Amino acid sequence: MGNFDRSMSLAGEPPKALNTGQKLAVVTGMIGLGILILQLFNLNLGNTALWLTISIVAIFAGIIWFSQAAYANKHKGIKNDGVWFKSISSRGVLAWMAGIALTGFYIVLYFYPQYLGLVKDGDNTGLIALFDPLSKGLSGNPASQWFVYGTMYTVAILAFGAKFIWKYRHNKYEQLRTVSVMFFQTAFAFFIPEIMARLNGDLPYYDLKNMWPLNYYNFERYRINGFIDSGSVGMTMLFFGIISIFVISPFLTYKYGKRWYCSWVCGCGGLAETAGDSFRQLSDKSKFAWKVERWVVHSVVVFVTLMTIAVIYSYLGNNTSKYWLTKTMFISGVAVILTAIFSWVMIYKREELAKDAKYGAIGYFTIIAVLIGMHFFSGSGNIFIFKAETLRTTYSFLIGSIFSGVIGTGFYPILGNRVWCRFGCPMAAMLGFQQRLFSKFRITTNGGQCISCGNCSTYCEMGIDVRAYAQKGENIVRSSCVGCGICSAVCPRGVLKLENGPEKGRINSKDVLLGNDVDLMDLVNNK
Amino acid sequence: MDHIVIIGNGISGVTLARHIRKLSDKRITIISAESDYFFSRTALMYVYMGHMKFEHTQPYENWFWKKNRIDLVNGFVEKVETDAKKLLLKGGSSISYDKLIIATGSKPNKFGWPGQDLKGVQGLYSKQDLEMLEKNAPNNKVCNRAVIVGGGLIGIEMAEMLRSRQIPVTFLVRENSFWNGVLPAGESAMINEHILEHHIDLQLDTNLEKIISDDNGRAKAVVTDKGETIECNVVGLTAGVAPNIDFLKDSGIELGRGVKVNRFLETNVKDVYAIGDCAEQHEGIGSRRPIEAVWYTGRMMGEALAQTICGKPREYNPGHWFNSAKFLDVEYQTYGWVFSERSKKDNEHHFHWRHATEKICITVAFDKDSHQFLGLNTFGIRMRHEIFDQWLTENKDIDHVMTYLKDANFDPEFYKLYEDEIVAKYNADFNKNISPKKKSWKRIFSIA
Repeated sequence: MGNFDRSMSLAGEPPKALNTGQKLAVVTGMIGLGILILQLFNLNLGNTALWLTISIVAIFAGIIWFSQAAYANKHKGIKNDGVWFKSISSRGVLAWMAGIALTGFYIVLYFYPQYLGLVKDGDNTGLIALFDPLSKGLSGNPASQWFVYGTMYTVAILAFGAKFIWKYRHNKYEQLRTVSVMFFQTAFAFFIPEIMARLNGDLPYYDLKNMWPLNYYNFERYRINGFIDSGSVGMTMLFFGIISIFVISPFLTYKYGKRWYCSWVCGCGGLAETAGDSFRQLSDKSKFAWKVERWVVHSVVVFVTLMTIAVIYSYLGNNTSKYWLTKTMFISGVAVILTAIFSWVMIYKREELAKDAKYGAIGYFTIIAVLIGMHFFSGSGNIFIFKAETLRTTYSFLIGSIFSGVIGTGFYPILGNRVWCRFGCPMAAMLGFQQRLFSKFRITTNGGQCISCGNCSTYCEMGIDVRAYAQKGENIVRSSCVGCGICSAVCPRGVLKLENGPEKGRINSKDVLLGNDVDLMDLVNNK
Repeated sequence: MDHIVIIGNGISGVTLARHIRKLSDKRITIISAESDYFFSRTALMYVYMGHMKFEHTQPYENWFWKKNRIDLVNGFVEKVETDAKKLLLKGGSSISYDKLIIATGSKPNKFGWPGQDLKGVQGLYSKQDLEMLEKNAPNNKVCNRAVIVGGGLIGIEMAEMLRSRQIPVTFLVRENSFWNGVLPAGESAMINEHILEHHIDLQLDTNLEKIISDDNGRAKAVVTDKGETIECNVVGLTAGVAPNIDFLKDSGIELGRGVKVNRFLETNVKDVYAIGDCAEQHEGIGSRRPIEAVWYTGRMMGEALAQTICGKPREYNPGHWFNSAKFLDVEYQTYGWVFSERSKKDNEHHFHWRHATEKICITVAFDKDSHQFLGLNTFGIRMRHEIFDQWLTENKDIDHVMTYLKDANFDPEFYKLYEDEIVAKYNADFNKNISPKKKSWKRIFSIA
């Protein structure tokens, strides 16, 4: 052992500096991105198919090479060295630049697609034109800004997914989960809808893994008509859309917690887990943030529910001779379902809700009940004071664009990678509600082994103070937990485990550490 | 109203304060000169490595203390006057108490090595130590090499920290294999390999002779008992810790290595107690040592003493021994007692299994005659604390442990499982015919 090599390389700073491989990888990736940016200025590069390929391959290669240079020469295991020293992952200058650039991109994408080269009634130019060959190859249609976005989104999930798999190569759970989100993004969100559009032009674009309320537009008149007009395929899809809300998702959430969706299937979650992984430590863990989160996310659910009721209501008639479902029947049905859910929670599950959650539920229920009541007394064509269309456009602007895109993803480098999932996503809130009240899922803690180091809380992207539970030896049953499993991965003492077990005793509360005097444990826990 | 004064805001003092607050309305004051707010010192290494910021090591937000009416005093206690029930603080102020709890923890050991007080020589225990390391070894340009002296848990953590900044590290270990006073030979050998894989210059069976100074009173090299001189800029002294009790010398409180306490954690002086790393039991409880510098025992003492102080006298009565650590990338857990060859009793037999290629192994200790299960060490496999706690309480035999080992696995979902392989080796080693039972949620959750 005395012959150990003492001439170890002295090159390189603390883990904030890039190694040579990473520098070259950055250049490669930036060339790919540069081609896309050049296209914004309408340069005519000639063979668009070729340049698009070069660009995407360069971005892809850059990211993979970067990951290889970062992880290949390290032992497998958790390697978060220098995360808080690096500008990009600690809200430094690079993070702010990236955040502003991303936010700017989203604003242009949502509100000014013409600057990306979108031309109504004519050939696309600029960036969007670059994607025309791919789009035409898939669906037969020219590219739109959403196609450009979808392609880049998929590239990001695939390339950063590979990085994630490399980083967590010691962890089977993380690998499988990532392969799953990569698959669902590529197949379900990207290829299948495009191909369906090619096969059946009237069918609305439908990402099958997206369900209401995430696709809040699913029950709008044009889509319903599209489904109905497309015969049995369309009807099957409509039916699938409905049972996915009422049957499939509650069932899977009961069995596995909401993670089956949020960190195995969902595209927003997919981007957060892959491209967003470097930012997970930025989420705010304060109690204040938690309060804000609960009120905001549940308000979004209420808003989306009201809006959907209003939208469906707006195109139903009053006359049973035209269609079996009338305005009054629909509204009554909604009232019955909501009352049933509300009563079930308040009668059987109220102990599981915090006090302010109870007040919130009662408040929201009252609001909806009053608004529904107004339908029967107002007699006007409007439901709920506002026009359905006003509600819809407000939601689509505030939540669909600003929240989920501009803030949700644009602010990754500042607020963490799950801002949208945590504060805005109505789907996450609904699944979370189910997860909290009836599910086999919990994160169990390993007796007395916790040393309160705080890795789990730091790396929780949903801002859950995991340590607060772990150091009490308490199971973690939180509606916001997306089951990413990183708390368990970063724990140096093997304290946390994601488990689906019996529901009984799932929400336990301990005050004393296991390993202590048995009588003392009884005394303190059974006070 | 009783005024409870706690010296030290570490895990034991803070746990005590929290539990007293749960049980009573007593006035509580915590004094610390180390940091304004409680933090988890077990996480200091992650701050240096850039995994966390210092704030992340604080388990409670800053508003927590005021809300729970726990007064925090930033001060250094110089003297305890037990007759007057008064503490004298550096700077001249004083605090009176009705009940005093000493929870001052440890400080790094120094064994009188020549040069041990030079600049660039330090331990790693307190927040100040971390700040000093940041100055002494910010990168590999300022610190070309570090030498770490002492082959224990803090030593290997310090090596990992320095390596995360690509600083070359020489690790001097007195024993002929890493931590082999605690770990059985197979495990210790595996960790030796793992240390070398991380490009740490592990020098076994080597002692520090002296530390050499440069012209500015800074360490520039160490000399080992093998006559080798190793140039370095930082020397890490990590040869264990000792109770931090110098300020109590003339207080009349009985001291050994630590503050002597009985099972109620009382000292010889009325209304003065000691908990955590600085408390020394008159005799070790079971196979435990009289002083246990372990995170969780500090907590448990806090939990027990809170009951006593709030009028329900309770002995400190720890249950089955357990512990855990992480050696670079390998997680380690232990339940019950598995002794190293050095301290093993005659009746203790071991079953050892090691993975062919990965750094994964387990050792199970059992009684040679009765086959009673005594304890288990596990590396690279997580095990469930509750299950082992119950097996130890129920005096299960090793065959039972092997049969139901799958229930005890706590690895994340989809991990490769090794129980079948382990039991097959057990059958071969001891000529048994055990077939492991399938994991049962029913059994697992009937305990938890």
